[in-house]
Amino acid sequence: MTTFVLINVTLLAILIATALTISGMRTLYAATMLTALFSLVTACLFVLLDAVDVAFTEAAVGVGISTVLLLGVLSLTRSREAVTPRLRRLPGAVVVLFTGGTLIYASQDLPEFGSPTTPVQTHPLTDVYLRQSQEDIGIPNTVTSVLASYRGLDTLGELVVVFTAGVAVLALLGPLMQPAEAREREVLDLVDYRVLRVVTGMLMPFILLFALYVLFHGDFGPGGGFQAGVIFASGFVLYGLVFGLDRAQQVLPRRVLWVLIAVGPVLYAGVGVANMLLGGAFLDYDTFAPDDAAAGQHIGILLVESAIGVTVAAVMTSIFFGFANRVESSR
Amino acid sequence: MTAHLPVLQVLVPLVCAPFCVLLRSRTAAWLLFLFAALASLTCAVLLAVRVGGDGAQRYEMGGWPAPAGIEFVVGAFNTPVLLVVSAVAVVVAVYSRRSVTSEVDARRVPLLYTCLCLTLAGLLGLTVTGDVFNAFVFLEISSLSTYALVAMGRHRRALLASFRYLVIGTVGATFLLIGIGLAYAVTGTLNMSDLARRVADLGDDGGGNRALYAAVVFVFVGLAVKIAVFPLHAWLPGAYAQAPSAIGAFLSATSTKVAIYVFCRFAFTVFGTTLVFGTMPIDRIGLALACLAMVAGSAVACFQTDLKYLLAWSSIAQIGYILAGISLATTAGVSAGYLHVINHAVLKAALFCAAGLLVLRLGSARFTALAGLGRRMPWTFAAVVIAGLGLVGVPPTAGFASKWALLTALVDQGQWAVVAAVLASSLLAMVYIGRIVEVAWFREPAEPGTGPTASKAPASMVAAIWVLVLASVYFGLDATWPAGLADAAADALLANGGE
Repeated sequence: MTTFVLINVTLLAILIATALTISGMRTLYAATMLTALFSLVTACLFVLLDAVDVAFTEAAVGVGISTVLLLGVLSLTRSREAVTPRLRRLPGAVVVLFTGGTLIYASQDLPEFGSPTTPVQTHPLTDVYLRQSQEDIGIPNTVTSVLASYRGLDTLGELVVVFTAGVAVLALLGPLMQPAEAREREVLDLVDYRVLRVVTGMLMPFILLFALYVLFHGDFGPGGGFQAGVIFASGFVLYGLVFGLDRAQQVLPRRVLWVLIAVGPVLYAGVGVANMLLGGAFLDYDTFAPDDAAAGQHIGILLVESAIGVTVAAVMTSIFFGFANRVESSR
Repeated sequence: MTAHLPVLQVLVPLVCAPFCVLLRSRTAAWLLFLFAALASLTCAVLLAVRVGGDGAQRYEMGGWPAPAGIEFVVGAFNTPVLLVVSAVAVVVAVYSRRSVTSEVDARRVPLLYTCLCLTLAGLLGLTVTGDVFNAFVFLEISSLSTYALVAMGRHRRALLASFRYLVIGTVGATFLLIGIGLAYAVTGTLNMSDLARRVADLGDDGGGNRALYAAVVFVFVGLAVKIAVFPLHAWLPGAYAQAPSAIGAFLSATSTKVAIYVFCRFAFTVFGTTLVFGTMPIDRIGLALACLAMVAGSAVACFQTDLKYLLAWSSIAQIGYILAGISLATTAGVSAGYLHVINHAVLKAALFCAAGLLVLRLGSARFTALAGLGRRMPWTFAAVVIAGLGLVGVPPTAGFASKWALLTALVDQGQWAVVAAVLASSLLAMVYIGRIVEVAWFREPAEPGTGPTASKAPASMVAAIWVLVLASVYFGLDATWPAGLADAAADALLANGGE
């Protein structure tokens, strides 16, 4: 127990120190790297809380892809923060202190950490999710049950949020760019480094295979569409970084990406519509196999997770391409 | 199929969005948005009829019973919002065809309609959901797509306006999420009805639970950003004025209104009136901020030199009226608030549409371009004046009906200070509408040929403007229909969601 407390305290101390350092920094490259560290420490804390799925997502999204995207943005802009006059920082400081104060005030009456008698633990809902779900859905990872079935609409919503982000980036950077025109061959591509080239080539199948594993293993352990999509995307980003954008876009042309972005929401909502046509409620996967509810749930969850994986991977990749194209054409 | 109406209400626009991307054609995207808007209006009308007949409709997603799964709830308290949002969407869809083509790069148009479908789906979802976390998800969908829409405006300043809105809006959404998280920690549930029961079980004043108080504070501050309550309004003028005209019209009529509805839903049917308005001073704060918004919004509007900015500042004042009505927490007050939600949506959409037509014809909605407008474009000028009089609240207009209801409710409660603010704001509204008339009618036209001009007003845009203007006049002459909806909504809310 004491080791646990000790690890928790240490991690939280690192987290606070990182946050304070970031807020004092002016060089944005360093700040970006530190936000990655921040996410990594957060992911560790999630692991300690036994929230392995969340930790996995945080590691993949917070540490991995969002850092790459932030670096992509920084290569377009100045990488030093402009100085805000002291007087204009004051209102911000007041708001931050007020917010922090309210949170501390709230924490006095929050249920005790880890106690078995918190409202969340004693609510009948917890029993439904932890026990009943084994009969209703029958997959060991209850996180996936809640995410993909009980609260499937939220997940559809989150997928649409990712889709919206992709559309927004395409709208602002996409169709107004002509990547084919006026692009000079870079003096030295990363592809000229043989070690990088060979190692990336060797890693690619493993990355993609791992993404597939994460996608289909979500029923049994941590994983699922979101994480898998991000791992897929990081594979393509790595490929693009090393072999150049042209070759990456030959593998995954924009037209294909454009379609893939939209396929996920259509597939996910299509599953729900199919359920309605089969006589159930929206997203009632039981209707896929009327005799064996659990089998129906399996089919539904698999389809839904695949839909998520496709769109998340396509959106992340196209956001990266969007920024990277901009960098190349501005040179 | 009628049992599925609550989900179809949201699902149709949601599914149209990815199809806009897949088809990649301007006409197809526009048709999809028109279809989505018409389908939502049909759903909203059918739902309103059903709610009128058999009371609140519930729909369990995935067939999971309520606290385990997510449910949609359609009752008398949200049908007016559904009707307003989808009706405005239909009008804007008709209007947008020509307006968007003239203002937005052709390659972006399919993506613009994608975002418009998503905003519509998000706003409708936010209205029908009966689950607090699901509400946050729909808020995210509508907000993100709105940021993208604003950024597609004609000028580079649109990017700045969008970025500003993004930063402030994200802070607001995060506050809402923190509030929801705290409420979950205290009650263990995310379902609105279940939450309401468990909050009530804690005791009249929330059992003195400080985490619950903080939850209320975070939820309401977060929503206040989305409503653009006075000191948190900074994002609104730029966002409405810089967005493409059709988008400005749609947002001004719907997005803050839906946020106000969510405010009501949380205050009356989740946390409960005793906690929010009794133990915590949300009503008094609401009234004070409403007064500030009315006076300051109208006063700043008087000094604007661009019609769109003027209308946006006037929105901030009008939001004050709605907030004042709701903060009274009486049936008459809430009903007046709802009535003004309907009337203001119609009036402001009409005015922003007219401003968009001016942008198309004159190249700008600045006052310098508007000089002498009254003689060159008498019909558009007439539309602006009629809707403008509605904003002031001159007797036979829609604005008068809702303002009268609000004043009656305020006098009932003896809120004389707020009455004074309403009257002062109305006088100021007279000033800023008067300025438009002065510029458009009495000033000599500037030298012709400034900026790109279209020779003729497109029939679709004119039709959209006049449908809205005539609707506002009709609602002023015969307010039975909107007032009936508003009364039913207020009754349902104060009876704790009609449960």
